[in-house]
Amino acid sequence: MPSTRDIRRRIKSVKNTAQITKAMQMVASAKMRKAQQSALSGRPYSVLMNEVLASVCQHAGDFTHPLMEKREVTKRALVVISTDKGLCGSLNSNLLREAGRCDAATTIYVTAGRKAAQFVTRTRRKLAAEFTYRDTPMFSEARAISRFVQDMFLKGEVDHVDVLFTNFINVMTQKPEMRTFLPLGETKALDSDVAGESSHSELKGPSFEYLFEPAPTEVFAALLPHYLNFQMYQYLMEAKASEHSARMVAMKNATDNAKQLIKDLTLEYNKMRQASITKELLEITSAAMALG
Amino acid sequence: MLKLEIVTPEAKIYSEDVDMVTLPGVEGEMGIYPMHVPLLTQVAAGEVVALKGGQDFHLAIGEGFVQVTGDRVAIMTDMAIKAEDIDEAKAEEARNRAEARLKEKISDEELATVNAALLNSLAQLKVKRGRRPM
Repeated sequence: MPSTRDIRRRIKSVKNTAQITKAMQMVASAKMRKAQQSALSGRPYSVLMNEVLASVCQHAGDFTHPLMEKREVTKRALVVISTDKGLCGSLNSNLLREAGRCDAATTIYVTAGRKAAQFVTRTRRKLAAEFTYRDTPMFSEARAISRFVQDMFLKGEVDHVDVLFTNFINVMTQKPEMRTFLPLGETKALDSDVAGESSHSELKGPSFEYLFEPAPTEVFAALLPHYLNFQMYQYLMEAKASEHSARMVAMKNATDNAKQLIKDLTLEYNKMRQASITKELLEITSAAMALG
Repeated sequence: MLKLEIVTPEAKIYSEDVDMVTLPGVEGEMGIYPMHVPLLTQVAAGEVVALKGGQDFHLAIGEGFVQVTGDRVAIMTDMAIKAEDIDEAKAEEARNRAEARLKEKISDEELATVNAALLNSLAQLKVKRGRRPM
């Protein structure tokens, strides 16, 4: 049986925890709003990019690019985009479970975020490189990752590259998803787009005979790596938005739990206090009666 | 009428109907009027001039791609700033920083980044200074 002092101490510590989780929840929700905002404002660019790429591919059928080359897959690379910090619910464990499903013998891992790197080293898999990215992902960070895997692909070190990241569906739902990164041609645009952003889709209908300047091959050669870089940038954004929303929800739950715990403990504390007062009164009255 | 759209990964900077656009193409400046033949090309960092109702609007852009269809010019670039939003002192500072950085020994990767930053700041300066009445 804990004493009243023990309970009091416990209430105090739970209160502190609640305060911290509450603060983290607020921070996460502010960051989430920002991340969502930037993910949204990048959308016109990606719509345009897809459109341009689609039209280029249509007219550039007679030549290919090394980045589009399909080879027999003996070695594959997996880019895992995780978070740096924990305390975001089941986000990372879901993601890393997916990551663990890949055949360890043929897969080389490239990680972004500390949790993924820890996972790969812990499970003794092959880690090619680990990258970091900041709270608001920078295009240059995405470019670094994308360049690295493009290099691996072009050098023939790997024949296939996938990206595993947490797709932001909404605040309550985030899903780990695997997307083909290389070879190009199978890459699909992010389809988690909010409806109503398809202002250009009707333009896709009639196809134009495009003029290329300087030459189709050159435009193509410049466009493809850029497209990949941008794709990677978007994956980072999605991952960040997921992280913040997952953390926000996790911290909200933690705060609610702490509050409930405080309530229960306070009740118990009060009961105990009352019991001891009653006992004392009882003692006093019985003593008085004995004397009388 | 020609619809000019300028987008960066961060935002849509410009979207308006204009009469004519001048772009800094990689192979030299080009002017685009409505009914231009569909064209896909790269642009270098420089100045975009949009003509609208006898008035001209200036923007500084970084390198990127342009898609021209009969009635639309879409520019995808890593930087785009309207002339009135350019902070000359900041651009000048960015330019100095980039130039100083170029003198040091840096990796190829970084060199490309710094070079791009330098070109971006030069483009901004060009737009800002070119507009000032001499």
